[in-house]
Order: sequence, then structure tokens, then C-alpha cells
Amino acid sequence: MSDQQEIFNAESYSKMELLRFTTAGSVDDGKSTLIGRLLYDSKSIFEDQMEAVRSSSERRGDENINLALVTDGLKSEREQGITIDVAYRYFSTPKRKFIIADTPGHIQYTRNMVTGASTANLAIILVDARHGVVEQTKRHSLIASLLGIPHVVICINKMDLVDWNEDAYNAIKNDYKQFSSKLNVKDVNFIPISALLGDNVVNESEHMDWYKGSTLMYHLENVHIANDHNHIDSRFPVQTVIRPHSDEFHDYRGYAGRVAGGIFKKGDDVTVLPSGFTSKIKSVEFAGEELEEAYSPMSITMTLEDNVDVSRGDMIVRTGNMPEISQDIDAMVCWMDDKNPLKINGKYSLFHTTKNCRCVVKEIIYKMDVNNLHKMEDDKNISLNDIGRIKIRTTQPLFFDAYNKNRITGSFILVDEANNVTVGACMIRS
Amino acid sequence: MAYNINHLRELEAEAIFIMREVAAQFEKPAILFSGGKDSILLTHLAKKAFFPAKIPFPLVHIDTGHNFPETIEFRDYLAAKLDLKLIVASVQEAINSGLAVEEKGANASRNVAQIPALLKAIEDNQFDALMGGARRDEEKARAKERFFSHRDEFSQWDPKNQRPELWNIFNGKKQWGEHFRIFPISNWTELDVWQYIAKENIELPQTYYSHVRPCILRNGTILAVSEFVQPRDGEEVKDMQVRFRTMGDATITGAYLSDADTMDKIIQEVASARETERGNRADDKRSETAMEDRKKEGYF
Repeated sequence: MSDQQEIFNAESYSKMELLRFTTAGSVDDGKSTLIGRLLYDSKSIFEDQMEAVRSSSERRGDENINLALVTDGLKSEREQGITIDVAYRYFSTPKRKFIIADTPGHIQYTRNMVTGASTANLAIILVDARHGVVEQTKRHSLIASLLGIPHVVICINKMDLVDWNEDAYNAIKNDYKQFSSKLNVKDVNFIPISALLGDNVVNESEHMDWYKGSTLMYHLENVHIANDHNHIDSRFPVQTVIRPHSDEFHDYRGYAGRVAGGIFKKGDDVTVLPSGFTSKIKSVEFAGEELEEAYSPMSITMTLEDNVDVSRGDMIVRTGNMPEISQDIDAMVCWMDDKNPLKINGKYSLFHTTKNCRCVVKEIIYKMDVNNLHKMEDDKNISLNDIGRIKIRTTQPLFFDAYNKNRITGSFILVDEANNVTVGACMIRS
Repeated sequence: MAYNINHLRELEAEAIFIMREVAAQFEKPAILFSGGKDSILLTHLAKKAFFPAKIPFPLVHIDTGHNFPETIEFRDYLAAKLDLKLIVASVQEAINSGLAVEEKGANASRNVAQIPALLKAIEDNQFDALMGGARRDEEKARAKERFFSHRDEFSQWDPKNQRPELWNIFNGKKQWGEHFRIFPISNWTELDVWQYIAKENIELPQTYYSHVRPCILRNGTILAVSEFVQPRDGEEVKDMQVRFRTMGDATITGAYLSDADTMDKIIQEVASARETERGNRADDKRSETAMEDRKKEGYF
């Protein structure tokens, strides 16, 4: 990492951005090798980690150092050689810090993929150049689209096994484009790689002159992510009210929260939901410092000109820029409970932004076949890893936007009231 | 339009969001304060999260009795400065009362003996959420940890049965007697922590900066000579210029030869390090799953 010594000075890291991406794949498609390669070639694997992997490979009787072991954590995962849970990995280059949500790709782990995808800016989907677009590719793409991941990179891997052939690459690319036209993904890129040999991962390939695009690392470092947040519709879910009770701040009432959308400035006319009270923003501040403006994903404290009643679960919005307000919600759900299926007429606890209420499932409209996007209207049994469309009614109105407009105000979770386990991940439809 | 914030600000915003969720969702939350840089960072973030109000959490220190004196000094200084309640749970007392068992042998440590003392402190004070400065980049079992990590009535961690954590929605619901461990800086790396400490000018114990102190070399690790670490036969005490990357018990925390006596030099050093910061912690070297095993029992 000697080259990084020069580079990590205060000037450069003050401009570093954070990119969260997810990788999904099965045992054999080279996902772990790809992650190992990204970490290794960006010099992010430490010597003691490498030493642990080396000795572990030896003990298992692996012929070579098994880079996949870098990404395995739990005892049972190492024994079985698979990833069960979402594991988070970190690396950085002088341009960006990266968080990888490494998720297993098999259908029985759909819930883990959904979890990893929920916070990602970008998804890497691996396709084996020998096999092309398969069911699994479609499932991963559907999840990326459903979870609203703004950028998708299709890495056509194992190009070394098809003699670095351009036609093979183009055929897969065209195939994928045809299938993905039905999906809602705005930005798709294709990169031919060999994770095993490192071609087009961090370093440019010497085997594929015909490919004029960028390497995966270059893409990760440069893809434009500043607009991934909604900066149009002003949404501020109140987390907690700050009241110091000290002499100096006797009448201080600060509304603490994280901006979920839009831009808030001093002097803005705002409305508090659900009360409908209106006021003006007196200050936008953070840790005692006044800010000119605040936007997602900043955590701030806001004070208002008038002493109106505001508490946790309320939402402050710009007057004239209202979210939808309703107790009847139409949403896609991914079911995460391994014990019980989703119950029609079942009651669940619901968490939406900073609001917590109850709801009843009124209708299951269809279950989706995650392998081909077919809507199965006669199969309404939604159990672990299933995705479907439901209608619910809540005990209190929610203030929301469609998920495709805002991933924060458009998402909620369902919690089993008996054991408090998170059982459903939901995305509100427009 | 340039509505974006840098990686440190984003990590800060995330950690503060989580701390505010803790204050809102739990009745008796606390910060687990080890005296190390990560828990000092946590306390700094808590101050920013609730300003101008006071930090709404007490500090809880599980005192192994094997601390560096600088750690204890700094702990008391910080608690007084921020006017926070400090709750100290003593491992020595837990051993004396038979709650914990002292390890025997030449390389004995009090790492595992912390668990009963910690669990007793949770019960005695009825804490329902404990925030810690653990990070996912530290260790492979920690890489699988949630921000809100549920513990059953026996304080056990069940890694195969964790609640899924989606978007920025944190489910802190629990039954009576259960509690949560919460990790607001899960997504920070060692380098992020140092960059942030530098940027915010956060005060740290002097042990993190290069200094000269008497040390010995044992099993390839440099240990500071102290009340708890005395030279054995054949070990030579030498004045060395060292600093610590983590602060654990004096018996197990290895020092590094370093001349990094300023924050900038420390950042350069961390950025070019070839070993993880826990690479020199004897507690993690015991077995491949040492951390996972301890965590299942209730360790942080």
C-alpha cells in the first residue's frame, strides 16, 4: 500500500464519496473470487488476514490459496464453503470508500439478497460467459429492479474460458437487454472480465482489445451517484425532540432526524404531518453549527419559528410539496419469516420511517415468480423468500412516496407481533 | 448541483441516526466504554447527536483490572468533562465472588472473564440497549453483525438467526429480559476512524501517539512492562518508541514500533499498514472462531 501513503492526505479524503454495492452469486460463478480479486488488487487484504486464509486453505486441503475464504465469516459457512448471511466488506481507493454487501445467490437466500440490496447504490450481477443469462441472472436482476438499485453492472465472467470471444460477449449482452427491458433499472453496464486472472477487474485486460469500455474498478470509482437521493420532495421524519432543560437553552426545542428527501433551508414554509400545523424553519443546525441547507442523507436538528406540537413519528415537509397520506397501502412484499407464511387478515406491527403502528393484510393480489417475472394470481401462498403484491390497512395514516420516487419514505417493514421478528420487507407502489 | 457529502460525513450521519433511534426506542440505553478510541469516538458522536442537550446515556466500563493507567485516567477525565454518569463493573469482583473464573497458565487473560461481569452489570442496571464501538472490518464474526443486534434473556447471540436489517429501519422490539447490542460505527474502518478523529480534533489518551516506554518482546509481540506484565526469564526490558493501535488489557495488547507522534503521521501509518489492528491481539489469535465463540456467549 505504499502508493496510498502519498495519497491519503487530508485534502483528498475530504472529497471521498461512499459507494455501497451488492454482489449476488452462487457457489460457482466466481463471486467470491471477484471480491477477493477486488480486495487483493486494490491492496485491501492485510497480511494477517492473508495468513489466516493461507493456513485455513491448507487445513481444508485446497490446492491453491482459496481467495473465497476471505469473504467467509461464520463457522458453519467456513465448514460448508458457502455464504449464508450478508457479510459486509470494506475497501477504499483514493477516490471512494466502498461497502460491499456480499450476499448468497441461491433462491433460498432471496431474503439476504433483498437485505443487501436495500441500501445499495449499485449491484454487480455475475454471468458465466459459458452459460449466458440463466434463471439466477433474472432473479438477481428482478431483485435489483424491485429494490430500486440505481446502477447495475453485468459482469460477464470467465471470459478466459470462451477464448476472450467478442461474439460470446455480445450474444449475452443482447440476450440480457431483451430480458431487462421489462425491468425498471435506469443504468445498466456490461463488462467482460476474468475474476480468476484479473482481466478488466482492476487492471485492463490484455486479451480483449475489442472491448473499449472501462474496467470494473474504474466504473465503481466514477459512476455518478450524487443524484441517487431524492433532492426534490422535502421530507423530514422526526426521530426525537431535543429539549436541553438548561438555563442557556431554556426554550429550545430541536427536532432531530435524518433528511429523507429534498432540501431544507432557514425560512422555508413547512407543514407538520399529521397535525397540518404550518410554520417557518427558524434554523437548520448540526451539533450547534448552523447549516445553510440540509439534504439527504444528512442527520440534522431543525427548529421552527412557532411553538407547534411535534413528536417522533411526525413528518415535516415543505408546504405545497406534500407526500401521499393514506391508511390503505398497495405494496410489494418480500417475505422473510422461515416459520410462518404471510397471513391474509393477519395483523402485524409496522415500521415506516420513524413511525411505528399496526396493520392488517387485506388482500394478497398475486405472488411473483422470481425467475421469470410472471404474476401468479391463483397462487397466494407467500412464504419465506417469496415476493408478492399486497394491500394493507394501517391503524394510523402513513406519509409516504412511491418507492420508485423515494427509497426511504417508500419502504416499510412488517414485524411479527408474537415474537418481534422482522418478517416482511415492503416497497410501496405508485 | 452538488448535493453530496463526503464519506466521513455520511458515516457520521448514519451513526448519529442510529444513536437517536436508540434514545427513542429504548428505556435504559448505555454506552459501553472501554477507554479505547472507538468508544471515545462513540461518545463524541453522541455529544453531537443530542447537542445542546446532554448525552442521554451513562458510560459503562467493564474494568478487567488489567488496564493501562492512562486508560483509566482518560475515562475519568472524559466522564467528568461531559458530566456523564460512569458505571464501573469490576471483573476482579466477579472473580472474587465466584461469578467469573480466572484463567490459569502463562498466557492467561481476563478477556473471557469480562463476560459474566458485563452480564451482571446489564442485569443490575436493567439496561435494555448497550452501544459499543465494534466495527465490521475488525474481525470476521463482526462482519456479520447487525447494527441492532438482538440478545435473548441469556444474552446469547444467535448468528444464524439474526433479524434482517433493511434500509434504515431498525427494529428494536423485544420481550422482557432481552436486550440489544448496538453498533453505530459498524460501517467505519480503522482508517475512517482516524481520519474522523483528526478532522474533529478528538482528544485521545497519549498511548495512541508515539512515546518511549519500557517494553519486552514476547512471542513476537511487543508488550509494555507494567504491574501486570513482568519480564520472564530470558526476556530483556528495553526502552522502545512505540504506540498502540487498539487499547485492550495491558496483558494482551501489543504495541507497535512507531514514531507517529501526530495525527497526520498516524493516518499515514494506518493507510500503509500491512496488518489489521487486531492482528496483534492475543485474544483473537486463539482460534479461527475465537471472536464468534465469545460473542455467542455474550461478549461484545
